[in-house]
Amino acid sequence: MAYDTLIIGAGMSGLAAGIRLAQFDRRVLVLERHSLWGGLNSFYKLKGRPFDSGLHALTNFVPKGTAGVPLTRALRQLRIGYDELKLGQQGHSEIRFDGRLLKFTNQPEVFFGEVAREFPEEIDGLRRMVHEFAPYDAVSIENADSSAREQLQRYVRAPELIEILMLPTCIYGSAREDDLDWDQFQILFRALFLEGFSRPEGGVRTLLDLLVKRFRKVGGELRMNSGVQSILVRKGTAIGVRLDSGEELLAERVFSSAGHAETLRLIHGQDNSEHRAAGDASAGAARLSFFEAISVLDTLPANLGIDSAVTFFNHGQEFRYRRPKTPIDVQSGVICSPNNFERCELSEGFVRFTALANHAHWRNLPEPEYVAQKQICADQMLASATAAMPALGAIGAHSLMRDTFTPRTIEHYTGHVGGAVYGSPVKCRDGRLGVERLALIGTDQGMLGIVGALLSGITIANQQALMEAAR
Amino acid sequence: MTQDEVVTAIKDIIAQIAPDEDLSSLEMDVRLREQIELDSMDFLDIVMELRKLYGVQVPEKDYMELATLGGCVKYLHPLLEKKSLHCAQRA
Repeated sequence: MAYDTLIIGAGMSGLAAGIRLAQFDRRVLVLERHSLWGGLNSFYKLKGRPFDSGLHALTNFVPKGTAGVPLTRALRQLRIGYDELKLGQQGHSEIRFDGRLLKFTNQPEVFFGEVAREFPEEIDGLRRMVHEFAPYDAVSIENADSSAREQLQRYVRAPELIEILMLPTCIYGSAREDDLDWDQFQILFRALFLEGFSRPEGGVRTLLDLLVKRFRKVGGELRMNSGVQSILVRKGTAIGVRLDSGEELLAERVFSSAGHAETLRLIHGQDNSEHRAAGDASAGAARLSFFEAISVLDTLPANLGIDSAVTFFNHGQEFRYRRPKTPIDVQSGVICSPNNFERCELSEGFVRFTALANHAHWRNLPEPEYVAQKQICADQMLASATAAMPALGAIGAHSLMRDTFTPRTIEHYTGHVGGAVYGSPVKCRDGRLGVERLALIGTDQGMLGIVGALLSGITIANQQALMEAAR
Repeated sequence: MTQDEVVTAIKDIIAQIAPDEDLSSLEMDVRLREQIELDSMDFLDIVMELRKLYGVQVPEKDYMELATLGGCVKYLHPLLEKKSLHCAQRA
């Protein structure tokens, strides 16, 4: 038997699971189809400039030494020192909702103060909600799904405040249209408003470099440009994988971060309609993807009055979180500037714009129209964002270049069908897919954000490989 | 390994798992969890390191025996008596 564990995908969860197993002397191989690691949180270079894809910020920020919280737990399990991450905190972020402006920082009281100013009758309910949040330990693998929109009504009466709370939490993690699971809402509310935003100096590369370095140091093997064509299953048990090249690799177990439906497809094949139908029904089709435009400026955004790290905006009283009928939906969106985090190393200004997008539309466009449509949509998005945040009107005169990516780009580089950034709406918390010695990790296992992705790999490695040996 | 060396071995493992904790004044008979920040994931790591460094298997039902340093000595000393202490801190 060549390997103890094969891991499909060198994203956050795959690398974290790999580190856990390799540091206890398991022979681990991580297989990545792409030439770069990172998966949904990766990076690229264009015209000599570094770009990050994926999440805008590392949520779950806590100061060094904070006990019992996700970031500290993840780093400890991976034996990565807090200082190595070189985290720079946000100055502040904003929610701009139909004319209202609520700021927040990594000090939760700032946000509570803003809510108290805008919605004086609601602040007690919001505080009660936070007080009644389940402890971290309870928000774990077995929780049943329930609607955050329904649960929020127990604490908040103003429909507008419910929309305001749904905006950042949905956009930063929900795979469900127009809602999210109540336990996921709690995790995200904590991650965004009670803990907060940070960015490693150097961006996502810094974290990925640490993970890859650590994985190799403990003896893990990483193979790039090695896509998995199928998972080999014998008598209901995973025994290895077949690569796109035809090479077969055998192992005691397989972890897949490819996504739920995508992994079922690796087991049963594209053509097995019976299994595919079953897979689609159980996994749920992912519907949410995003379009992003990144502007590079000849000055720092703060010089133009753009001083927030992340701004969530929405026009109108209702926040629509669903697959648009149009190529993108500019009614809502996110504006992010990495320059507005402490320790930012970038000498040029970067502003990222993100909005919901329709994957099917982008997938079917012929190439010339695809290129043209990207520019049209980027302009629409800038116009809508500028309406919410007038300071953005100045960036046109300072723009050095602009890059865009679409659901098609995301699908191409991550393998997630439909460019589904947050995966399937149906999560598989225990990682089990009905095949022995196969486990699902990553976004469809249901943990959120970069820290969540790390914990997904860690938790499944602990439960399905390390603890088994301890029994 | 003497009983004192078992304590050193355990502290050395904890120092690797939780590098920010002060282990200099740990009491023998107070639960480790009450003295320093250790969760169930960390206890799994103590067990995994014992297995890796000394080839000692601690079944899940016996994890409670490791709740205090004194308990660790009582449970582990018979298993480690014929083994020599070495450091968990590696390159």
